[in-house]
Amino acid sequence: MTEDKRKLPKKKLNHSDSGEKSGSRLYWQMFMTFVRIGSFTIGGGYAMIPLIQKEVVENKKWMDAREFIDMLAMAQSAPGVIAINTAIFIGYKMKGLKGSLVTTLGSALPSFIIILAVAMVFTNFRDNVVVEKIFRGIRPAVVALIAAPLYKMARSAGVTWKTVFIPILAVLLIWLAGVSPIWIVLAAIAGGIIYGALHARNLSKSI
Amino acid sequence: MEAEIYIQLFLSFFKIGLFGFGGGYAIISLIQHEIEVHGWMTQSEFTDIIAISQMTPGPIGINSATYVGYTASGTVLGSIIATFAIVLPSFLIMLTLVRFFFALQGNKYLEWAFLGLRPAVIGLIGAAAILLMNRDNFIDYKSFIIFLLAFLLSFTGKFHPILLILMAGVAGFVIY
Repeated sequence: MTEDKRKLPKKKLNHSDSGEKSGSRLYWQMFMTFVRIGSFTIGGGYAMIPLIQKEVVENKKWMDAREFIDMLAMAQSAPGVIAINTAIFIGYKMKGLKGSLVTTLGSALPSFIIILAVAMVFTNFRDNVVVEKIFRGIRPAVVALIAAPLYKMARSAGVTWKTVFIPILAVLLIWLAGVSPIWIVLAAIAGGIIYGALHARNLSKSI
Repeated sequence: MEAEIYIQLFLSFFKIGLFGFGGGYAIISLIQHEIEVHGWMTQSEFTDIIAISQMTPGPIGINSATYVGYTASGTVLGSIIATFAIVLPSFLIMLTLVRFFFALQGNKYLEWAFLGLRPAVIGLIGAAAILLMNRDNFIDYKSFIIFLLAFLLSFTGKFHPILLILMAGVAGFVIY
Protein backbone atom coordinates (compact mmCIF):
# COMPACT_ATOMS: atom_id res chain seq x y z
CA MET A 1 0.00 0.00 0.00
CA THR A 2 2.75 2.40 0.85
CA GLU A 3 4.33 1.46 -2.46
CA ASP A 4 1.31 2.77 -4.32
CA LYS A 5 1.27 5.97 -2.39
CA ARG A 6 4.93 6.51 -3.07
CA LYS A 7 4.42 6.22 -6.77
CA LEU A 8 1.47 8.54 -6.90
CA PRO A 9 3.23 11.89 -6.64
CA LYS A 10 5.67 10.90 -9.37
CA LYS A 11 3.02 11.28 -12.02
CA LYS A 12 1.56 14.35 -10.44
CA LEU A 13 4.88 16.06 -10.07
CA ASN A 14 4.81 17.52 -13.54
CA HIS A 15 2.24 20.22 -13.52
CA SER A 16 -1.13 19.10 -14.81
CA ASP A 17 -2.92 20.83 -17.64
CA SER A 18 -6.33 19.77 -16.39
CA GLY A 19 -7.38 23.22 -15.33
CA GLU A 20 -6.52 24.88 -18.62
CA LYS A 21 -10.06 26.15 -19.24
CA SER A 22 -10.34 28.01 -15.97
CA GLY A 23 -6.68 29.05 -16.24
CA SER A 24 -6.71 32.70 -15.26
CA ARG A 25 -9.21 32.09 -12.50
CA LEU A 26 -6.95 29.43 -10.99
CA TYR A 27 -3.94 31.75 -11.16
CA TRP A 28 -5.96 34.39 -9.32
CA GLN A 29 -7.02 31.82 -6.72
CA MET A 30 -3.44 30.69 -6.21
CA PHE A 31 -2.27 34.28 -5.92
CA MET A 32 -4.94 35.26 -3.40
CA THR A 33 -4.45 32.11 -1.33
CA PHE A 34 -0.77 32.90 -0.89
CA VAL A 35 -1.47 36.58 -0.28
CA ARG A 36 -3.76 35.47 2.54
CA ILE A 37 -1.12 33.08 3.91
CA GLY A 38 1.50 35.82 3.69
CA SER A 39 -0.75 38.37 5.38
CA PHE A 40 -1.84 36.44 8.44
CA THR A 41 1.23 34.54 9.57
CA ILE A 42 2.89 36.75 12.11
CA GLY A 43 6.20 35.59 13.51
CA GLY A 44 8.27 34.38 10.62
CA GLY A 45 8.37 31.66 8.05
CA TYR A 46 7.75 28.66 10.27
CA ALA A 47 4.38 30.10 11.28
CA MET A 48 3.41 29.98 7.61
CA ILE A 49 3.88 26.23 7.13
CA PRO A 50 0.78 24.98 9.04
CA LEU A 51 -1.36 27.58 7.29
CA ILE A 52 -0.01 26.61 3.87
CA GLN A 53 -0.82 23.00 4.67
CA LYS A 54 -4.34 23.87 5.78
CA GLU A 55 -5.06 25.96 2.69
CA VAL A 56 -3.34 23.86 0.05
CA VAL A 57 -4.02 20.34 1.34
CA GLU A 58 -7.27 20.59 3.31
CA ASN A 59 -9.21 23.52 1.87
CA LYS A 60 -8.15 23.72 -1.78
CA LYS A 61 -7.00 20.08 -2.14
CA TRP A 62 -4.24 21.13 -4.53
CA MET A 63 -1.99 18.33 -3.27
CA ASP A 64 -2.29 15.40 -0.87
CA ALA A 65 -0.79 15.25 2.60
CA ARG A 66 2.02 12.87 1.66
CA GLU A 67 3.11 15.01 -1.23
CA PHE A 68 3.10 18.01 1.06
CA ILE A 69 5.38 16.32 3.59
CA ASP A 70 7.86 15.25 0.90
CA MET A 71 7.81 18.72 -0.55
CA LEU A 72 8.35 20.30 2.84
CA ALA A 73 11.42 18.17 3.44
CA MET A 74 12.83 19.43 0.16
CA ALA A 75 11.91 23.06 0.87
CA GLN A 76 13.66 22.84 4.23
CA SER A 77 16.84 21.27 2.92
CA ALA A 78 17.18 23.80 0.11
CA PRO A 79 18.79 27.14 0.97
CA GLY A 80 16.73 30.31 1.19
CA VAL A 81 13.48 31.32 2.81
CA ILE A 82 11.58 28.10 3.55
CA ALA A 83 8.09 29.53 3.12
CA ILE A 84 9.11 30.91 -0.27
CA ASN A 85 10.63 27.56 -1.27
CA THR A 86 7.32 25.93 -0.36
CA ALA A 87 5.34 28.45 -2.39
CA ILE A 88 7.62 27.96 -5.40
CA PHE A 89 7.14 24.20 -5.31
CA ILE A 90 3.35 24.31 -4.96
CA GLY A 91 3.06 26.88 -7.74
CA TYR A 92 5.30 24.85 -10.02
CA LYS A 93 3.45 21.65 -9.32
CA MET A 94 0.15 23.27 -10.25
CA LYS A 95 1.00 25.51 -13.18
CA GLY A 96 4.67 25.23 -13.98
CA LEU A 97 7.00 28.23 -14.02
CA LYS A 98 4.14 30.74 -14.32
CA GLY A 99 2.40 29.13 -11.36
CA SER A 100 5.49 29.36 -9.20
CA LEU A 101 5.91 33.04 -10.09
CA VAL A 102 2.31 33.68 -9.02
CA THR A 103 2.59 31.88 -5.67
CA THR A 104 5.99 33.43 -4.86
CA LEU A 105 4.76 36.92 -5.61
CA GLY A 106 1.61 36.29 -3.57
CA SER A 107 3.45 35.06 -0.50
CA ALA A 108 6.14 37.76 -0.53
CA LEU A 109 3.95 40.75 -1.39
CA PRO A 110 2.19 41.30 1.99
CA SER A 111 5.40 41.30 4.04
CA PHE A 112 7.11 43.44 1.40
CA ILE A 113 4.40 46.12 1.54
CA ILE A 114 4.11 46.06 5.33
CA ILE A 115 7.85 46.21 5.98
CA LEU A 116 8.34 48.91 3.38
CA ALA A 117 5.70 50.99 5.14
CA VAL A 118 7.34 50.30 8.51
CA ALA A 119 10.78 51.19 7.13
CA MET A 120 9.49 54.49 5.74
CA VAL A 121 7.79 55.44 9.01
CA PHE A 122 10.19 53.91 11.52
CA THR A 123 13.27 55.70 10.21
CA ASN A 124 11.56 58.97 11.19
CA PHE A 125 10.46 57.76 14.62
CA ARG A 126 13.60 55.94 15.68
CA ASP A 127 14.98 58.94 17.52
CA ASN A 128 11.70 59.53 19.32
CA VAL A 129 12.26 59.23 23.08
CA VAL A 130 9.33 56.89 23.72
CA VAL A 131 10.20 54.62 20.79
CA GLU A 132 13.83 54.50 21.92
CA LYS A 133 12.78 53.50 25.45
CA ILE A 134 10.56 50.73 24.16
CA PHE A 135 13.26 49.34 21.89
CA ARG A 136 15.87 49.46 24.66
CA GLY A 137 13.67 46.92 26.40
CA ILE A 138 12.97 44.91 23.26
CA ARG A 139 16.56 44.44 22.01
CA PRO A 140 17.86 42.15 24.78
CA ALA A 141 14.62 40.15 24.54
CA VAL A 142 15.16 39.60 20.81
CA VAL A 143 18.62 38.21 21.52
CA ALA A 144 17.02 35.88 24.08
CA LEU A 145 14.46 34.75 21.49
CA ILE A 146 17.26 33.71 19.16
CA ALA A 147 19.36 32.05 21.87
CA ALA A 148 16.62 30.21 23.78
CA PRO A 149 15.66 27.58 21.15
CA LEU A 150 19.32 26.64 20.49
CA TYR A 151 19.44 23.74 22.91
CA LYS A 152 16.30 22.10 21.57
CA MET A 153 17.35 22.78 17.99
CA ALA A 154 20.76 21.23 18.62
CA ARG A 155 19.11 18.11 19.98
CA SER A 156 16.71 17.78 17.07
CA ALA A 157 19.60 18.38 14.67
CA GLY A 158 21.24 15.33 16.23
CA VAL A 159 24.20 17.17 17.75
CA THR A 160 26.05 14.87 20.17
CA TRP A 161 29.17 15.22 22.33
CA LYS A 162 31.14 13.98 19.34
CA THR A 163 29.76 16.60 16.96
CA VAL A 164 29.27 19.54 19.31
CA PHE A 165 32.67 20.87 18.23
CA ILE A 166 31.13 21.78 14.85
CA PRO A 167 28.68 24.44 16.10
CA ILE A 168 31.23 25.65 18.67
CA LEU A 169 33.93 26.02 16.02
CA ALA A 170 31.42 27.79 13.74
CA VAL A 171 30.53 30.24 16.50
CA LEU A 172 34.17 30.99 17.31
CA LEU A 173 35.14 31.50 13.67
CA ILE A 174 32.24 33.85 12.97
CA TRP A 175 32.38 35.66 16.30
CA LEU A 176 36.11 36.07 16.93
CA ALA A 177 37.66 35.71 13.50
CA GLY A 178 34.90 37.47 11.55
CA VAL A 179 34.67 34.59 9.06
CA SER A 180 31.72 34.85 6.67
CA PRO A 181 28.96 32.34 7.49
CA ILE A 182 29.09 31.37 3.80
CA TRP A 183 32.51 29.77 4.37
CA ILE A 184 31.10 27.90 7.34
CA VAL A 185 28.28 26.54 5.17
CA LEU A 186 30.69 25.49 2.41
CA ALA A 187 33.10 23.91 4.90
CA ALA A 188 30.25 22.03 6.58
CA ILE A 189 29.08 20.61 3.25
CA ALA A 190 32.62 19.58 2.28
CA GLY A 191 33.33 18.17 5.74
CA GLY A 192 30.10 16.20 5.78
CA ILE A 193 30.79 14.65 2.38
CA ILE A 194 34.41 13.79 3.25
CA TYR A 195 33.33 12.25 6.55
CA GLY A 196 30.54 10.34 4.81
CA ALA A 197 32.89 8.98 2.16
CA LEU A 198 35.44 7.86 4.74
CA HIS A 199 32.91 6.21 7.00
CA ALA A 200 30.51 5.02 4.33
CA ARG A 201 30.35 1.46 5.64
CA ASN A 202 29.72 2.31 9.27
CA LEU A 203 27.17 4.92 8.30
CA SER A 204 25.10 2.62 6.12
CA LYS A 205 24.90 0.25 9.08
CA SER A 206 23.70 2.91 11.48
CA ILE A 207 21.22 4.72 9.21
CA MET B 1 27.89 55.60 -7.95
CA GLU B 2 24.12 55.35 -7.53
CA ALA B 3 24.02 52.07 -9.37
CA GLU B 4 26.74 50.69 -7.13
CA ILE B 5 24.50 50.36 -4.08
CA TYR B 6 21.93 48.44 -6.11
CA ILE B 7 24.55 46.03 -7.41
CA GLN B 8 25.88 45.53 -3.87
CA LEU B 9 22.37 44.93 -2.53
CA PHE B 10 21.67 42.44 -5.28
CA LEU B 11 24.90 40.51 -4.79
CA SER B 12 24.63 40.45 -0.99
CA PHE B 13 21.07 39.22 -0.86
CA PHE B 14 21.64 36.77 -3.70
CA LYS B 15 24.46 35.26 -1.62
CA ILE B 16 22.22 35.21 1.46
CA GLY B 17 19.51 33.38 -0.48
CA LEU B 18 22.00 30.96 -2.01
CA PHE B 19 23.86 29.95 1.15
CA GLY B 20 21.12 30.51 3.73
CA PHE B 21 20.55 26.93 4.81
CA GLY B 22 18.31 26.24 7.79
CA GLY B 23 15.86 29.11 7.27
CA GLY B 24 14.74 31.79 9.74
CA TYR B 25 17.27 32.42 12.47
CA ALA B 26 20.13 30.80 10.55
CA ILE B 27 19.72 33.37 7.78
CA ILE B 28 20.11 36.15 10.36
CA SER B 29 23.78 35.28 10.65
CA LEU B 30 24.37 35.77 6.92
CA ILE B 31 22.44 39.04 6.78
CA GLN B 32 24.33 40.28 9.84
CA HIS B 33 27.63 39.61 8.12
CA GLU B 34 26.68 41.43 4.92
CA ILE B 35 25.33 44.42 6.85
CA GLU B 36 28.55 44.69 8.80
CA VAL B 37 30.82 44.34 5.77
CA HIS B 38 28.96 47.08 3.89
CA GLY B 39 28.22 49.23 6.95
CA TRP B 40 24.55 49.47 5.98
CA MET B 41 23.24 49.84 9.53
CA THR B 42 24.17 49.41 13.18
CA GLN B 43 23.69 46.11 15.01
CA SER B 44 20.98 47.64 17.19
CA GLU B 45 19.11 48.83 14.11
CA PHE B 46 19.34 45.28 12.78
CA THR B 47 18.06 43.95 16.12
CA ASP B 48 15.07 46.28 15.75
CA ILE B 49 14.36 44.78 12.33
CA ILE B 50 14.34 41.29 13.83
CA ALA B 51 11.89 42.49 16.48
CA ILE B 52 9.69 44.12 13.83
CA SER B 53 9.90 40.93 11.73
CA GLN B 54 8.59 38.92 14.63
CA MET B 55 5.62 41.23 15.02
CA THR B 56 4.70 41.57 11.34
CA PRO B 57 3.63 38.90 8.85
CA GLY B 58 6.04 37.06 6.66
CA PRO B 59 9.42 35.35 6.77
CA ILE B 60 12.36 37.06 8.45
CA GLY B 61 14.50 36.77 5.30
CA ILE B 62 12.00 38.68 3.17
CA ASN B 63 11.38 41.25 5.90
CA SER B 64 15.10 41.93 6.36
CA ALA B 65 15.74 42.14 2.62
CA THR B 66 12.93 44.67 2.16
CA TYR B 67 13.98 46.75 5.16
CA VAL B 68 17.72 46.75 4.50
CA GLY B 69 17.14 47.38 0.80
CA TYR B 70 15.12 50.47 1.62
CA THR B 71 17.33 51.94 4.33
CA ALA B 72 20.64 51.19 2.57
CA SER B 73 19.58 52.83 -0.70
CA GLY B 74 16.86 55.18 0.52
CA THR B 75 14.65 54.08 -2.35
CA VAL B 76 11.80 51.64 -2.95
CA LEU B 77 13.81 50.27 -5.88
CA GLY B 78 16.50 49.20 -3.40
CA SER B 79 14.02 47.17 -1.38
CA ILE B 80 12.60 45.58 -4.54
CA ILE B 81 16.09 44.59 -5.72
CA ALA B 82 17.11 43.13 -2.34
CA THR B 83 13.85 41.18 -1.98
CA PHE B 84 14.09 39.91 -5.56
CA ALA B 85 17.71 38.91 -5.00
CA ILE B 86 17.03 36.82 -1.89
CA VAL B 87 14.20 34.95 -3.66
CA LEU B 88 16.03 34.33 -6.96
CA PRO B 89 18.35 31.52 -5.74
CA SER B 90 15.35 29.77 -4.15
CA PHE B 91 13.68 29.89 -7.53
CA LEU B 92 16.61 28.46 -9.42
CA ILE B 93 17.32 25.77 -6.83
CA MET B 94 13.73 24.67 -6.21
CA LEU B 95 12.94 24.44 -9.91
CA THR B 96 16.05 22.30 -10.38
CA LEU B 97 15.22 20.14 -7.36
CA VAL B 98 11.70 19.50 -8.61
CA ARG B 99 13.11 17.95 -11.78
CA PHE B 100 15.48 15.67 -9.90
CA PHE B 101 13.35 15.16 -6.82
CA PHE B 102 13.20 11.39 -7.01
CA ALA B 103 16.77 10.99 -8.17
CA LEU B 104 17.92 13.07 -5.21
CA GLN B 105 15.79 11.38 -2.61
CA GLY B 106 18.16 9.24 -0.57
CA ASN B 107 21.19 10.48 -2.50
CA LYS B 108 24.15 9.65 -0.30
CA TYR B 109 26.18 12.79 -1.06
CA LEU B 110 23.21 14.94 -0.11
CA GLU B 111 22.78 12.99 3.13
CA TRP B 112 26.46 13.32 3.93
CA ALA B 113 26.42 17.05 3.26
CA PHE B 114 23.69 17.38 5.86
CA LEU B 115 25.78 15.51 8.42
CA GLY B 116 27.94 18.63 8.42
CA LEU B 117 25.27 21.22 7.66
CA ARG B 118 22.85 20.40 10.48
CA PRO B 119 25.28 21.03 13.35
CA ALA B 120 26.87 23.99 11.52
CA VAL B 121 23.51 25.74 11.22
CA ILE B 122 23.20 25.60 15.02
CA GLY B 123 26.56 27.36 15.14
CA LEU B 124 25.33 30.07 12.75
CA ILE B 125 22.37 30.82 15.01
CA GLY B 126 24.60 30.79 18.10
CA ALA B 127 27.00 33.23 16.44
CA ALA B 128 24.11 35.51 15.47
CA ALA B 129 22.96 35.59 19.10
CA ILE B 130 26.45 36.26 20.46
CA LEU B 131 27.15 39.03 17.95
CA LEU B 132 23.89 40.70 18.98
CA MET B 133 25.01 40.68 22.62
CA ASN B 134 26.89 43.91 22.17
CA ARG B 135 27.12 47.32 23.80
CA ASP B 136 24.41 48.72 21.54
CA ASN B 137 21.81 46.18 22.65
CA PHE B 138 23.01 45.63 26.23
CA ILE B 139 23.42 49.12 27.58
CA ASP B 140 23.32 48.36 31.31
CA TYR B 141 22.50 45.73 33.95
CA LYS B 142 18.77 46.15 33.25
CA SER B 143 19.34 44.84 29.73
CA PHE B 144 20.80 41.65 31.19
CA ILE B 145 17.82 41.23 33.51
CA ILE B 146 15.43 41.57 30.55
CA PHE B 147 17.56 39.12 28.58
CA LEU B 148 17.56 36.53 31.38
CA LEU B 149 13.82 36.81 31.99
CA ALA B 150 13.01 36.63 28.29
CA PHE B 151 15.39 33.69 27.88
CA LEU B 152 13.76 31.75 30.71
CA LEU B 153 10.21 32.52 29.60
CA SER B 154 11.05 31.66 26.00
CA PHE B 155 12.83 28.46 27.06
CA THR B 156 9.68 27.13 28.72
CA GLY B 157 8.00 27.50 25.34
CA LYS B 158 4.80 28.75 26.90
CA PHE B 159 5.11 32.34 25.77
CA HIS B 160 4.57 33.42 22.19
CA PRO B 161 7.49 35.50 20.85
CA ILE B 162 5.16 38.42 20.10
CA LEU B 163 3.95 38.45 23.69
CA LEU B 164 7.52 38.43 24.96
CA ILE B 165 8.51 41.31 22.67
CA LEU B 166 5.47 43.32 23.79
CA MET B 167 6.27 42.64 27.46
CA ALA B 168 9.90 43.67 26.93
CA GLY B 169 8.73 46.83 25.17
CA VAL B 170 6.51 47.76 28.09
CA ALA B 171 9.36 47.00 30.51
CA GLY B 172 11.67 49.23 28.48
CA PHE B 173 9.20 52.08 28.51
CA VAL B 174 8.76 51.81 32.28
CA ILE B 175 12.38 51.38 33.42
CA TYR B 176 14.27 53.67 30.99
